[in-house]
Amino acid sequence: MPLSAYLIVAALVFCISIAGIFLNRKNVIVLLMCVELQLLAVNINFVAFSHFLGDLAGQIFVFFILTVAAAESAIGLAILVVLFRNRGTINVEDLDTMKG
Amino acid sequence: MTLEAIVFLTLSAILLGSALAVIVLRNPVHAALSLVLSFFATGGLWLLLEAEFLALTLVLVYVGAVMVLFLFVVMMLDINIAELRAGFASHLPLGLLVATGMVLALLSMVGGEAFGPLAFPEPPPAPADAANTRDLGRLLFTRYVYPFQIAAVILLVAIVAAIALTMRPSRQTRAVKPEWQVTIRREDRVRLVKGLTEENR
Repeated sequence: MPLSAYLIVAALVFCISIAGIFLNRKNVIVLLMCVELQLLAVNINFVAFSHFLGDLAGQIFVFFILTVAAAESAIGLAILVVLFRNRGTINVEDLDTMKG
Repeated sequence: MTLEAIVFLTLSAILLGSALAVIVLRNPVHAALSLVLSFFATGGLWLLLEAEFLALTLVLVYVGAVMVLFLFVVMMLDINIAELRAGFASHLPLGLLVATGMVLALLSMVGGEAFGPLAFPEPPPAPADAANTRDLGRLLFTRYVYPFQIAAVILLVAIVAAIALTMRPSRQTRAVKPEWQVTIRREDRVRLVKGLTEENR
């Protein structure tokens, strides 16, 4: 398959997750999942370019993105649990304590 | 149509379908499970691209650890799904508009000849004794050893942060809390009451 096929699939996944962020803007869990999908789309691009250019640096970069994304989701979910414990809700619109 | 094209199209269809399911499914548990499916499909795509180590890492780390964490959190929180879905229909036009706009912009960029088979010819398939893991490890431990160490520190910070955020002290302990002791005031501890005397009886 040509490189553009992989890039098109990654672009479609990225746009689907953008739409998901717009549609599910109240639910923090689904928002986090959409962010994971976006990272996945970017990683597909990295791996495809690494294959077609014959350069392993792209795969090394994906390795680091996976590391940081795992750390990000662990801390994000921990914040979510603490949030639910304190406020009893994860609705984004209820989280307006700092609005003043 | 070659076998590779059939595998690619099947995996891409699974990936796009499960990505759509993540954003439209009502139940967060189902959304998390379809995200697992999309990770599996992506792992297959990466195998097609001869990135075996990353494909296995994606399945092991993401499906095995991160998505299980997601499922744990989704099942632990007692959330009202109907309330969280309230604005779905009203946000649909704006979301579709932005998504289609981005799709058109991205497709006009990556779908053309700039990334086609002429500009990026298919590299020859790797020989049978090629070892993706060995090559990656060789790069990772020589040229990228400093970023590798930083990644390790990031993971350590994430562990400490996650535990510090979610740990609750045990309710059984009777230890004194110094911060409470220093902020105590006299009125909290001592209260003078008028004794019962002959005058005010």
